[in-house]
Amino acid sequence: MTTTETPDILPRILDYANRADPYPLYAELRKTPVALQEDGSYVISTYRELSGILHDPHLSSDVRNLAHPMPAMQERATPSFINLDPPEHDRLRRLAMRHFGPPHTPGLVTGMEPDLTAVVAGLIDDFAGKQRIDIVDDFAYPFPVTVICHLLGVPREDEPRFHVWVNAIIDSIDYNPKTDPQEKLDNGVQATKALRQYLGGLLEQRHGHPGDDLLTRLANDDGPDGRMTDAEIVSTANLLLIAGHETTVNLITNGMLTLLRRPEVLQRLRAEPGLVVPLVEELLRYEPPVHIIPWRAAYSDISVGDTVIPKGSKIMLMLASGSRDPDRFHDPDRFDPDRQDNQHLGFGSGIHLCFGGPMARLETQIALTALVRRLADPSLVTDPPPYRPSPVLRGPIHLLIDQN
Amino acid sequence: MSTADTLQGFKRDGRVVIVGASLAGLRAAEALRDEGFTGKLTMIGDELGEPYDRPPLSKQVLTGWVPADGTTLPRRRDIDAEWLLGVPADGLDLANNHVRLADGRTIPFDRMLISTGVRARPWPVEAEAALDGVFVVRTREDAAGLQRAVAAGPSRVLIIGAGFTGSEIASICRERDIPVTVAELAPSPLVGGLGAMIGEIAADMQRAHGVDLRCGVKVTQLEGDAQGRVRRAHFSDGTAVDADVVVVALGGIRNTEWLRDSGLAVGVWGVACDAGCRAFDLNGLVTDDIFVAGDVARSPNPIYEYRFISLEHWANAVEQAEIAAHNMVSTQADRWPHLSIPTFWSIQFGVNIKSVGVPTYADEVVVTQGSVADHRFVAAYGYQGRVTAAVSFNNAKWLDHYRQLIETAAPFPPPCPTPDQPLDAKPVPVDFPGPTLLAQGATVVVTGHDPGERRVTAMRQRR
Ligand SMILES: Cc1cc2nc3c(=O)[nH]c(=O)nc-3n(C[C@H](O)[C@H](O)[C@H](O)COP(=O)(O)OP(=O)(O)OC[C@H]3O[C@@H](n4cnc5c(N)ncnc54)[C@H](O)[C@@H]3O)c2cc1C
Repeated sequence: MTTTETPDILPRILDYANRADPYPLYAELRKTPVALQEDGSYVISTYRELSGILHDPHLSSDVRNLAHPMPAMQERATPSFINLDPPEHDRLRRLAMRHFGPPHTPGLVTGMEPDLTAVVAGLIDDFAGKQRIDIVDDFAYPFPVTVICHLLGVPREDEPRFHVWVNAIIDSIDYNPKTDPQEKLDNGVQATKALRQYLGGLLEQRHGHPGDDLLTRLANDDGPDGRMTDAEIVSTANLLLIAGHETTVNLITNGMLTLLRRPEVLQRLRAEPGLVVPLVEELLRYEPPVHIIPWRAAYSDISVGDTVIPKGSKIMLMLASGSRDPDRFHDPDRFDPDRQDNQHLGFGSGIHLCFGGPMARLETQIALTALVRRLADPSLVTDPPPYRPSPVLRGPIHLLIDQN
Repeated sequence: MSTADTLQGFKRDGRVVIVGASLAGLRAAEALRDEGFTGKLTMIGDELGEPYDRPPLSKQVLTGWVPADGTTLPRRRDIDAEWLLGVPADGLDLANNHVRLADGRTIPFDRMLISTGVRARPWPVEAEAALDGVFVVRTREDAAGLQRAVAAGPSRVLIIGAGFTGSEIASICRERDIPVTVAELAPSPLVGGLGAMIGEIAADMQRAHGVDLRCGVKVTQLEGDAQGRVRRAHFSDGTAVDADVVVVALGGIRNTEWLRDSGLAVGVWGVACDAGCRAFDLNGLVTDDIFVAGDVARSPNPIYEYRFISLEHWANAVEQAEIAAHNMVSTQADRWPHLSIPTFWSIQFGVNIKSVGVPTYADEVVVTQGSVADHRFVAAYGYQGRVTAAVSFNNAKWLDHYRQLIETAAPFPPPCPTPDQPLDAKPVPVDFPGPTLLAQGATVVVTGHDPGERRVTAMRQRR
């Protein structure tokens, strides 16, 4: 393996002009599996190297371990578990998981199926009489937001308020000191504060009151690991609210776009609803909602193949590129819902494997099944559609379709 | 005819016999069909019923969560085989390529796979082993019987042997608040598989969960009442306990007796084979048509200096079965070696224990991540300065990394700290029980003088 400087490819990937189809650039990037950048950071783009480093205990998720700490992160009090290492990460994730999944709450996600189906049906009912629909605004956004609000115990009516904050936070994740105004970063910091304050306010009302939502349960329940502090609950809720907001929207929208581009697969899904399970897996490989883990830190020197990444280095993980690596997946640029052995990196891997994965899967399965069943002869209005700014959480900002 | 033609002919309408209709046998059969073998496939098994899975027997089955007959192995594809079940094979004639069954039938083959596994080592005193309430756990019948006995609420369960199976059973009894005594000849539980340091942690875990753990003692006698029910056990230190259920968990005996006169390299550690699962004959020469997979196999592992290693691991049975099946239908040039790093798991006292590599192939061990006190850690094993294995307690997600360290012969102890590395991490001697606990007998003697004449002959096993 070689490590060379590839000064031009990464900036081109991050460039908005290439948002609609970054895949040829990923292929170029993969020629250098571990690519040293001008600023001393490393970009990893091949499947084998990505899955190796995602299981490497020397890879830190805590910015405090960067030799040159990132400006965007410094202000954040009490990081959420996504930005922490073991043992804190394990403890907080375990405390949250107690209320979200097995072994303590095994039926939560599958138990939501009837509710999810009802929300989806309601949204599609509203399509009636409209010829033109925006899959994002009319469906893929309101659906997961309704679900995550319900699950967390956040009033759905407050959505317009926190939507602005979430957008500002997502914007600041992509912050690039070379091209972006400092204002973008400041907005992100402000929005983080506002969102936390808002969630803190909700949490205060939950103490001592019984209830089934996640905020209430985290506030009142004691397990063998004790209880989260209020600050920890707020950062966890903050994480789940943002993640529940942004990623599933992209997954559903990318899914619909992929199907509209392949009418034969869309027809097949209509006839064979069981196909949706492997189809969503293939979607997570082929058009994942999270393309990049923008930074991790080398806690110690990390060996990746023949390269030693020095302690303190910033590391960028190109997950979407790894899932299209021809050394791992046969004919990777083909969308194949019958694909076997589909160990994609759509949800990452290792201890930070997406916490909401089972839920995102179920939401997308239900959404796509219902859309293809109930949309009569849909057609794409613009291809490619306009994309969101982010190269990290990549997806269309609007997806206009006509139903005939 | 070329070898390739012969092979094509064999793949099309050859005859394969698999002896041992369980995990390895079934997976080999499926893999053979996947590889395009369309000939006649015969599955021979001494147990009745479809192949089933054993790990749940000491876990979910014992809690009553899964019924004993609910562990049938899923079929991944149709294997279109002739099933000869409920009858053991009791001989192999290599000169004429056929298997003899205990009922007198002979089954001819072109190639065969041996996957007869191990059976439970019974309590050595037959009359005591026959007492009501004395169990072993290897088959689904064993597990169903023990499950009923445990569900009936015994006043005390005695477990003889604190290996993985014994410890898992102790854990389940404690979950149900049943008083448990565990007797172990070694200084601590799990020590034979994982060494003294983990053994001590396992001992603490058992005691913290209220197990009456007695190490360094031998059970000398099981005593029954007039009705033939077990009542009491006596120990080598002169003490005794009253127990109405006794579980004998003393490991396994490899099912190789039926191969004794076959001319294959058979011993207490199983049937020796090469890394491609081809059996060795008595002289250590590799055979062409006889393959071995699973618990009964004993094969050299290049990663561990070509030492012959026998494993009783689920994943090993699956991997060897697939390699054996592939090699059965491939020419020499296309054969695959079985090189995967062994993995093993167990669940006990609320802890998920997992290992990669061969922990017994080590001289030192060090805790590299996490906290022993919280029972959430990873320990790496090293042999002469390189990493050879790792064990995790409730921390399995890291083991892929350690597998890579083993594969690349990375230095031991691993030099770079991790965020969760304990401050006082220092390698300690691994300390496995000595040869007195693991003694074995000779299997062969050598005869003849000239190189063309020298041969070995099998020695009869003394009891
Ligand atoms: C209680 C229990 C718990 C376990 N838990 C774990 C665990 O947590 N993790 C793990 O990795 N492994 C575990 N194992 C080990 C795992 O089950 C074995 O590695 C696996 O079953 C090996 O499969 P096999 O096909 O080689 O042999 P077996 O499963 O032993 O099958 C061999 C078959 O051959 C039959 N047979 C024997 N002799 C003859 C003959 N002469 N003729 C015809 N048939 C014959 C036997 O009756 C048996 O049906 C456990 C085992 C037990 C018993």
